[in-house]
Amino acid sequence: MTMLATRAVEAEAVTPRRRSRRRKQLIGALYAAPTAFVVGLFFLVPLGLVAWMSLHRWPLLGPPSMNVPDNYTALSDDKLLSTALWFTLKYTVLVTVLLFVISFGLALIVQHRFRGVAILRTAFFLPAAVGFASASLLFLGLLSSEIGPFGSKLPSVSSSPTAALSSAVGLVLWRFAGFNMLILLTGLQAIPTEVYEAARLDGASWWQTFRSITLPLMRTTIALVLTLMVSGSLLAFDQFWILTRGGPDNSTTSLVMVIYRKAFIELDLGSAAAVSVLLLVLLLIVSVVQLRVLRRRS
Amino acid sequence: MRFGMSRVTGAALAILFLFPLVWSAWASVRTPSGFGLANYQRLFTSDNGIRFEHVANSLAVSAMTVGGTLLVATLGGYAFGRFHFPGKNILFLLTLAILMVPYATILIALYVLLGWIGLQDSLIGLSLVLIMFQLPFSIFMMRNAFEAIPNELEESAQIDGCGSIATLVRVLLPAVRPGLVTVSLFAFLTSWGEFFAPLILLNSTDKFTMMLAVVNMRTATFGAIDYPALEAGVTFMAIPCLILFVVLQRSYVRGFMSGALRG
Repeated sequence: MTMLATRAVEAEAVTPRRRSRRRKQLIGALYAAPTAFVVGLFFLVPLGLVAWMSLHRWPLLGPPSMNVPDNYTALSDDKLLSTALWFTLKYTVLVTVLLFVISFGLALIVQHRFRGVAILRTAFFLPAAVGFASASLLFLGLLSSEIGPFGSKLPSVSSSPTAALSSAVGLVLWRFAGFNMLILLTGLQAIPTEVYEAARLDGASWWQTFRSITLPLMRTTIALVLTLMVSGSLLAFDQFWILTRGGPDNSTTSLVMVIYRKAFIELDLGSAAAVSVLLLVLLLIVSVVQLRVLRRRS
Repeated sequence: MRFGMSRVTGAALAILFLFPLVWSAWASVRTPSGFGLANYQRLFTSDNGIRFEHVANSLAVSAMTVGGTLLVATLGGYAFGRFHFPGKNILFLLTLAILMVPYATILIALYVLLGWIGLQDSLIGLSLVLIMFQLPFSIFMMRNAFEAIPNELEESAQIDGCGSIATLVRVLLPAVRPGLVTVSLFAFLTSWGEFFAPLILLNSTDKFTMMLAVVNMRTATFGAIDYPALEAGVTFMAIPCLILFVVLQRSYVRGFMSGALRG
């Protein structure tokens, strides 16, 4: 009984405070309203719309009509799509491995303070300040025999599938290594120096320290960087559109190029949406696998 | 020993990374008879090159994107960092999910959606889409910046009788300045150099941004590509980015690192 009574008294005292708390909640929600509006209208609605469009014959001009599941069945015998799918996967593996090794190497070089380290960091990061499409145009000239410094010593970009692929990979490494270096550097500098000193006192070699201290302690940063690299590569467009034009013989046509072609060259938005859904599922699988692997390790 | 080795390697690599930028600037002023601005002249006068309205369009898109991102991310960061309200966590996760759902996959739908609301082939529509793509990074940055402000600062302002808006403008905004600089610079660099979104969302050549116009010089010509004019375009567009980056580098890198660290 007494407990009930005290509770009643407490409740009465709390009401005005609760009202002010509710007011504060309302104000917070109001400040978040613009975010909710932009995220809702320009992210959630299009996400639903792309799935909806993939169920329709949706010409660029003219009314859409439902045609389930024609867009998807047509994809299964689309030769360009399967070439693009395999090419994009191959490219993703290649870029992720090379970019990770190089970015990590750069981060290790500029990890400690020494005279001129700031200049090195800026030099590595500077390509990231140039737009990616600009960078692609830059490399188009750089690798050309017309004005490039290497003249005709290099095979031209579209002379063979290998030349085209390596030009695009070189461009991506140059443009993105510094950016990823910066993220990895953040992870490296978060490791307390005492840990390294303890390892040195124990007589551990550089490689032992790196394998058993640096790598495990940087797991989250490494996961972030790998996720960015994989999803970025699966969405490759600018470098192939501008530098290789998807050639020679469609050998460097990426999945996003197929989406663009279907939508704006074949004027078939429904099929383009179906490829987008396919790509979304692919990315979802990648994220789930990555999450699983990370969970198991920790 | 190892230390000296890595310094030499570092210096060599730095030259390798800077070389393409320096070469592009050099190639842009190189003419058959020596040096001069002939390539820039062709860039700004040829049929497929940059016209005055393209420069204006790029400036307008960047200004709207930076302004809009700052507005939405400041208010949103304030809400996420300083308030509790129902649906807060879901909205935050949805905003971050924009990063996981890469935009190439939803641009086709955005093209249709902008048509429905009368913003097809419009610089405003393009800016709204670019703002949305900036939100995950910007909201995350600003939430961390607002969270890091000590409670006493906010409380003292409230005791002085400031409402939430006055507290935000007078007390909190100066405290989150590094975050604002990082968010603006990031929004500027992205909107200035973005290619795929304008390619899809803008149709008429007089709405083109500079980036589209310069790429058009490569893709719309069937004959020989005018490489020197192309490098002039690359250099012309890169200069404001490089200057801004070098000037704001300190706060940009600091803001970026504190944001990434807490992730």
